[in-house]
Amino acid sequence: MAKANSGMFYYWEDYYTEYDAIFGGKWYFRMSWYRVVGLALIGLMLFSMAYRLIRGLGPATNLNDHWPWGLWIAFDDLCGIALAAGGFFTVFVAHILNLKPYKYIARASLITAWFGYIVVSLGVLMDLGRWYNFWRPFVSWGYHSWLFVVLLCVVAYQGVMTFQFGHIFFERVNAPRLKEIFDKILPVIFVAGLVIALLHQSALGNLYIAMVDRQHPLWWSMLIGVFFFLSAVFVAPAMCVIEGILASKAYKTDFRHEVPLLEPLLKVSLCVMVVYLIVRLIDLAARGHFLAIFEGSVPSGLFLLEIFLGIIVPIILIARRKTRKSVPGMVTAAALIVGGVMLNRMNVVFTSMYQDMGGSYFPHAIEFSISIGLVTLCIMAYCFFVENFKVMPEEHEHHHEEHHAEEHGGQLELQPAHH
Amino acid sequence: MGYGFLFDLTKCIGCRACIAACRDYNSKYLVPSKKGINDLPLDSGLDRRLPKAQWDEQAPLTGSNWLRIHARMVNRDGQILWRFVRRSCFHCERPTCEAVCFAHAFRKTPEGPVIYNRSLCVGCRYCMMGCPFNIPKYQWNEVFPEVSKCRMCYERTKIGAPPACASACPTEAILFGDRDELLSEARRRIRQNPGVYVDHIYGEKEVGGTSLLYISDVDFKDLGMKTELTEKPVPEYTDRALNWTLGVAAVYGAAMAALYVATKRQEGEAKK
Repeated sequence: MAKANSGMFYYWEDYYTEYDAIFGGKWYFRMSWYRVVGLALIGLMLFSMAYRLIRGLGPATNLNDHWPWGLWIAFDDLCGIALAAGGFFTVFVAHILNLKPYKYIARASLITAWFGYIVVSLGVLMDLGRWYNFWRPFVSWGYHSWLFVVLLCVVAYQGVMTFQFGHIFFERVNAPRLKEIFDKILPVIFVAGLVIALLHQSALGNLYIAMVDRQHPLWWSMLIGVFFFLSAVFVAPAMCVIEGILASKAYKTDFRHEVPLLEPLLKVSLCVMVVYLIVRLIDLAARGHFLAIFEGSVPSGLFLLEIFLGIIVPIILIARRKTRKSVPGMVTAAALIVGGVMLNRMNVVFTSMYQDMGGSYFPHAIEFSISIGLVTLCIMAYCFFVENFKVMPEEHEHHHEEHHAEEHGGQLELQPAHH
Repeated sequence: MGYGFLFDLTKCIGCRACIAACRDYNSKYLVPSKKGINDLPLDSGLDRRLPKAQWDEQAPLTGSNWLRIHARMVNRDGQILWRFVRRSCFHCERPTCEAVCFAHAFRKTPEGPVIYNRSLCVGCRYCMMGCPFNIPKYQWNEVFPEVSKCRMCYERTKIGAPPACASACPTEAILFGDRDELLSEARRRIRQNPGVYVDHIYGEKEVGGTSLLYISDVDFKDLGMKTELTEKPVPEYTDRALNWTLGVAAVYGAAMAALYVATKRQEGEAKK
């Protein structure tokens, strides 16, 4: 660690002068018709949020006494956090396993994960009926609740992020003492981030342990937290692939350069998916609900779809070396994994609960517009970030020839571009 | 042990005096309709010509209806009978709503009632999701809604007086008293009237015991009540998961730290 830092210290000066030369010292946001539509969607979301805050949940949503949780919890919260798992996974690969080539991926996914968390927090705030009371749990501890764990994780993750920015902040602001402190605690921050991610992912699943008498036995399990965590782990490489292909399409770069980096990650995905599948089936059998898979009801059908399309087909695709190493094969497998995990979260919130909940629920237009707007906001923020900060791979490709480039990639999570 | 209710299905005549009394006493907690609290219909226009499955839909618990009496047509040994079932908060001995609330807005009082503190509530609605009986309801049309459910007239029960519904009941179908005494009273009724009652006290063991107990002469399943409930309190499940997850997280964190140190050291050796 110390070695890497001293290395960086020497090269720091020319690194950021070059940085200013590239970007000309100006904030930059290229406009296109897609982005106009995107901004319009964000505008619509702001209107919807205002409407929801002024009129309340009843007029703004179709949530009701039968369905207190709906689209926002299922899509923004459960799906959003699962798909943000790329952040902790790449930190693990790049910083804990210390695999240098992955450090630029770690930076990009860390940033998307961070945007994801902010956007999720915003979405959850909309869902809270008495949102001005959000701080109450810190004073009045409901520490038996898994939601308490979720809240602590969200807040602690923001704390971790602040520390990582502190580390960078004091590299530019001349305060060597403070910088030294921040450098020293960086490993602690990495480990803390990983523990928080484990707790948060599993806590979201464990919320449903309390629904022991309400949830369909195909999904209810004491191990649901383990399943949520494992699925977050195996969806992370898939998200890296999806983010990579989308970014290369948007910025006209060659995705094939990234294949050798992403392919080993997908192998990790494969192993975790095999473990996940086996544990899930054994758990079903141990609880005596294995045959419920074949009962032919809507839940059993969706369970089969989730397992077959989201787990088994990707396992086969990734297990074949030829498809794993080809861009279409890789992207197909990744898309199936992401779709499968999203279906799993939707099943946990809707499919597994409807038999007990009764009533009916279909999201209101306002609910849709807030969910869509939040995703758009996340994408736009990512674009803005990519265009104004160094995260894209090819900027690092040519640095790789230089012996000091890796240190930069590893140590700089976010560059404040301008004074 | 605290107070509770014993609801005897053989005695209820479905007059709904309890609902009227409940609304009257708790009116300060209820959100009135446009014409005032007493404009709320007692049975939401219950139409018994509709299929049975729809009756509950017609008279559900809501943010302003903490207590309902559901009419049920049941078939007992070929005999068609009307039965009236009380539906309100069960005031569990170990309530799920208390365990799942991350702001601890619900609490089980030593007197028996499970009560809600609106000033702590964040409005996440996890209590509504968690409740095995699907009891807590929401004031959906308020800008800052509250969760709403029966509070066993806490101002009365804490001085030992019976709640409004129990004092209004003309047939003593709902008895108020110490839960242990009510349990022995229920057992006595079942024992002394052979062939009348189903040999089961609903609420004695369901989700670890509830303060609202039922005895009935027809199967609880036919009354639309959940019969396949766990006998273990729900908080025990969530606490067990909490305990071992925190252990796993600690071990995982230690493993990550060790791995970090190991790979760094390896790197240092490689550079030498």
